Amino acid sequence: MDQSSPLLRLQNLSHAFGSLLACSDISFELHSGEVLGVVGESGSGKTTLLNCLSARLTPTNGIVEYDLRGRGLTDIYALSEPERRLLLRSDWGVVMQNPRDGLRMEVSAGGNVGERLMAVGARHYGAIRSEAEDWLEKVEMDLGRIDDLPKHFSGGMQQRLQIARNLVTKPRLVFMDEPTGGLDVSVQARLLDLLRGLVRELGLSAIIVTHDLAVARLLADRLMVMKDGKVVESGLTDQVLDDPHHAYTQLLVSSVLQV
Amino acid sequence: MTGGNKDRAVTGADSEEGYNFAYLDEQTKRMIRRCILKAVAVPGYQVPFGGREMPLPYGWGTGGMQVTASIIGRDDTLKVIDQGADDTTNAVNIRRFFARTAEVETTEVTEAASIIQTRHRVPEDPMTEDQILVLQVPQPEPLRPLEPRETECRKMHAYKEYGLMQVSLYEDIARFGEIATSYSYPVMVNDRYLMSPTPIPKFDNPKMDGYPALQLFGAGREKRIYAIPPYTKVKSLDFDDHPFAVQQWEEDCALCGAEDSFLDEVILDDQGGKMYVCSDSHYCAKRRAAGHQGTLSEAAGRAYAAAVGATDEEEH
Amino acid sequence: MTDDKDANPVIRVENLSKDFVLHVQGGARLPVFANLNLEVAAGDCVALYGPSGCGKSTLLRSLYANYKPGGGHVWVRHAGDSGDDWVDMAGAPPHRVLEVRRRTVGYVSQFLRVIPRIPARDIVAEPLRALGADLDAARARAEVLLARLNIPQAMWDLAPATFSGGEQQRVNIARGFLADYPVLLLDEPTASLDADNRAVVVELIKEAKARGAAIVGIFHDDEVREAVADRIFDLSRERAAA
Repeated sequence: MDQSSPLLRLQNLSHAFGSLLACSDISFELHSGEVLGVVGESGSGKTTLLNCLSARLTPTNGIVEYDLRGRGLTDIYALSEPERRLLLRSDWGVVMQNPRDGLRMEVSAGGNVGERLMAVGARHYGAIRSEAEDWLEKVEMDLGRIDDLPKHFSGGMQQRLQIARNLVTKPRLVFMDEPTGGLDVSVQARLLDLLRGLVRELGLSAIIVTHDLAVARLLADRLMVMKDGKVVESGLTDQVLDDPHHAYTQLLVSSVLQV
Repeated sequence: MTGGNKDRAVTGADSEEGYNFAYLDEQTKRMIRRCILKAVAVPGYQVPFGGREMPLPYGWGTGGMQVTASIIGRDDTLKVIDQGADDTTNAVNIRRFFARTAEVETTEVTEAASIIQTRHRVPEDPMTEDQILVLQVPQPEPLRPLEPRETECRKMHAYKEYGLMQVSLYEDIARFGEIATSYSYPVMVNDRYLMSPTPIPKFDNPKMDGYPALQLFGAGREKRIYAIPPYTKVKSLDFDDHPFAVQQWEEDCALCGAEDSFLDEVILDDQGGKMYVCSDSHYCAKRRAAGHQGTLSEAAGRAYAAAVGATDEEEH
Repeated sequence: MTDDKDANPVIRVENLSKDFVLHVQGGARLPVFANLNLEVAAGDCVALYGPSGCGKSTLLRSLYANYKPGGGHVWVRHAGDSGDDWVDMAGAPPHRVLEVRRRTVGYVSQFLRVIPRIPARDIVAEPLRALGADLDAARARAEVLLARLNIPQAMWDLAPATFSGGEQQRVNIARGFLADYPVLLLDEPTASLDADNRAVVVELIKEAKARGAAIVGIFHDDEVREAVADRIFDLSRERAAA
C-alpha cells in the first residue's frame, strides 16, 4: 500500500443552498487509519460538509476523490449512481446521528446487520446469521436480541446496531454525524470506548462530525474547526485543543466546562 | 373436448348501444397493447399504463380485465377463474362481462380457451404456446411491504439492488424457522427483474418457469402491466441452506383423488369436519369425468353438493 | 554545547520560536522563546532547565508537535518503512507526525489525561497495541512495568480516574516506557513520586539510555537530574543568547 497516497482527497469544496454559502473552499487529505474530527457549532457547515463528502449531496463546487479498490483516486461524483450506492453499502459506512435514519426499524437486529451481506450476494442463511452474531458481539450487544426489532431497543443499543450494520462489510472509511448525540452520558461513554476500540482494531479511517470537543479529543487524531462554513483551524487534535491559534478555536476551548 | 357455455349477450352489445367491442375504446386498447409489448420486451419490468375507469371498483380485477379487453378478438375463447374455480361470483361476473361486451365464446375447459383470465391461481392443466394467461394483480411492487418510497423502489429495480427482498426471507426464517411466505412468493425473472407473481400460492411458482404460454399481468389500481414471455426463466428466491419448496398435503383430493394438484380445505360441518378438494374446479371435474374417484364419504359428498348446489347445474 | 564526535543525532531543533496570542484576552501576545537551537544524540539525556515560565514545557511539547511553533524546525530522525528519514515535527503533514509519534517519539506528560473507564493495564498497553502487538503480549509487558512502579495488582483492572496524583503519574510513566521509543520526552516524570518510585524512574531512564534512546526531560528534582542528565539546556540563557 502506498503510504503517501491519501484515502480521501478534497479540493476546494464549496456548497451553496441558493444564495446561502454553507461551506466554502475546503480542502484536505485523509490517509488510511486516520480519524478526522470536524467540530463546530450549529450552522458551521459541518453537516453539509459531511453530506458532500459521503456522496449524499453533490457539492456546487470542488472535487471529492476516494481511493477506490483497484481504481485509485476517483472523483466520486463522476461515478454513476449505482456505483456510488454500491460504495455507500460496501467500502463506506455512514453512521447517522439518529439511529432511526440509519436502521430499518421493522427488520430484526440480525436482518439489519445481514442486509449489506445479502445486498452483495450472500445466500447462505446460516452463514449470514453467524456473521451477524459476531458483529453484535463486537458491539457488545446481547445475542439474545438478534431477532428483536430495533424499535424496541434503547437509543444506545440502536446506535450500536447502526455501527454493526455499517461495519459488517469491513468498510475502509466511516462517516459519523454526532454518533453520541442525544445519548445519556454513561451510554455515550460506553459507545465512545467501543468506537475507539473498533477504529484501532479494524484500522478504520473515519470522519466524525461533532460539536462536543471531548468526543473529538477522545476519537480523533486530527481536528478541523469550522465556523460559518470555513475551516478556521486544523491540525493534530491535541495540538488544536492544547495550543489553539485561531480566536474562534480559543473561544471554543475556553468555553468547555471542566467537570 | 368441446363444451362450455355460450352466454349470449343479453343486450346484444355493439357500438349502437354505446359500448365498443370489449368495452374499451380502440385508442385505449392500442395504448395498452403498446405497454404490453414493452412489458414483453423487458420480462418482469413494471410498465405504467393509463388505466381507465372500469365498471368494477379497484380490487376486483380491473387491471386483468383491461389487459384481456385489449387483446381479445371475436375468435377468441375466454375462460375466467377465481382461486381456481369457474363458478365463483367474480369469475362468473367477469366472464359474463366479456360475453356481453365482446360476444366471444366462453368456456370452463382449460384446453379449449385461447385466453384465460385468472385471480390468484395458475391452472393445473399445462397451457400451450397458443394460449395467453392474464393474471390479476393487487400490488405489483414486490418491494412495497419493505420499502414504502416509490422513488427508492424504482432505483432498486433499475440498479438490480434486491438485497432487501432477501432480507424479508431472512426475517421469515428468523421468526418462523423457515420461509413462511406461501403466496406472492417473489421471483427473479430472466435473471434481471424481481417480480411479484401475484398472490398465487407458491405451489404455482414452478409452473411459471419456462412456461409455453404468454403470461400477462395487469394491476388496475396501481396502473402497471408486466409480462413473462414464453419460455422465460423464472426463479423463486431462496437461501442455499433453505431452498425453495412447494406446499405438500398428506391428503389427496376427496372428489377426484388427485395427488398433485393444489388442494383447498373445505369445512363441512360445525363439528370441524373437513375435506380437501382440488382448487382448480375444471381439473377436478375432468378427472371425475374420466372415472377417477376420491375417498369422499357419503355424508361429505352430500354436504359438498349442498354447498355448491348452483354449480352442478352449470356443469352440464 | 559541543558535538560529540561519535554523536548520532536524533533530534535537531533549528531556530525554533514560539509565542502565544491570546485572542480571548484582547489579542495579548506572550513571547516564550526565539531562535532556539538544540541537538540531541542517541543515548544522550538533555535536561531542560530554567525558571518557571521560561518555556521548558513549551519546548518539550513543541518537540512532540503538541504545540505549534511560530517559526523554525524540529527535525526528528524517524525509521520509516522506506528507511531512515528526517521529519520536521513542526511542518510535516499530520499523518507523518502521527506515524512518528507511534513509532519514534514517546511522551510522558505531566498529567495523565484520563480516558474514562479504561483499566490502567489497558491504558499502559496501548502504545504497543498501536504498533500492532498482540493484546496479551502488550498487557503482559504493561503488568511488568506497573509492578516495577509499585502499582498494586488490585489496581491494574481499575480505571485511573480515582487514583491519586502519584499513582496516575506512575501509570503515565509506565505507558511512556512500554514501547522502546528511540526518543523519549519526559515532563516532570518524578513530580508526585516518593523516593522509592523516583529511583525506579531513574532506573528506567538509564535503561532507556543504555539501549540508545535520546531523552529530553524536565526534572525539577536536582537528584534525579544529576543522576540521568548528560547535559543541561538552560532556556533562560539560550533565550538571552538568541
